[in-house]
Amino acid sequence: MALQAAAFWILAAVAVVSAFSVVAARNPVRSVMWLICAFFTSAGLFVLIGAEFLAMLLVVVYVGAVAVLFLFVVMMLDVDFVELNQGFLQYMPFGALVSLILLTELVLVGSTFVFADPDAAGRAAFSAAGPTNAEAIGAVLYDQYIYYFQAAGIVLLIAMIGAIVLTLRHKPGVRRQDVGKQVARRPKDGVELIDVKPGSGI
Amino acid sequence: MSFTELALGNYLALAAVLFTIGVFGIFVNRKNVIIILMSIELLLLAVNINLVAFSAFLGDIKGQVFAMIVLTVAAAEAAIGLAILVVYFRNRGDIAVEDVNLMKG
Repeated sequence: MALQAAAFWILAAVAVVSAFSVVAARNPVRSVMWLICAFFTSAGLFVLIGAEFLAMLLVVVYVGAVAVLFLFVVMMLDVDFVELNQGFLQYMPFGALVSLILLTELVLVGSTFVFADPDAAGRAAFSAAGPTNAEAIGAVLYDQYIYYFQAAGIVLLIAMIGAIVLTLRHKPGVRRQDVGKQVARRPKDGVELIDVKPGSGI
Repeated sequence: MSFTELALGNYLALAAVLFTIGVFGIFVNRKNVIIILMSIELLLLAVNINLVAFSAFLGDIKGQVFAMIVLTVAAAEAAIGLAILVVYFRNRGDIAVEDVNLMKG
């Protein structure tokens, strides 16, 4: 148990440092890299308490998709980031104050709550026996929460359509395929017979 | 909270710290939308850590199912947010959020 606790403290320290670096880094590319680091350590923390499936999901979805998307956008936009970060010190005192108040509140709530069912805290889910984590999630997700699962799929579909509609643009002057125009074309429009007299051009 | 073994309080404290850092990031980076979007991702990550920790320590798998739904929404939000950002950059040539006041009238 002591080894797991040591792993927790190391991972937690790395997660907090990288999360702070995300918001404090001057260069947004570095911010994205620190974000990836934060997600990786969080995946490690999930593995530590037996949530392997969500840990892998975090790596695949966040590191593999969302962070890469961030990276693409950061590198695609030609923005002067030095100028963008100028307000940092100006807003720092107020932000620190609000954060301190929020943290105090969270710690107060976290340190005073008690379990309604005291036995529940004992029956930890991360036991080696029984179905694996992915099996257990699947059994619940596809059975009790099938409509939520479908709704999540629709949310992703709408997000995909929305992102495409927002960013798709037709540049004038670029020739594009127009299927309707191609199908509507008849042989008599395409081929023209011209009787050229000898000695004269068209 | 315990220093020598895994406890629910440890995970709750970590999630609280991450959440606070996310809020702090939104406050200090008032001009840079990309960092604000990343701070929102941090907030959602803190929420997910809470959900998974409660799920694991109370022995109820439903919390992890809910965390999956949160993950889905976070991915959709990031995609839409970045798409809006790209369109905004195309129209204005800048991404300073402080200048987004065209609709004030």
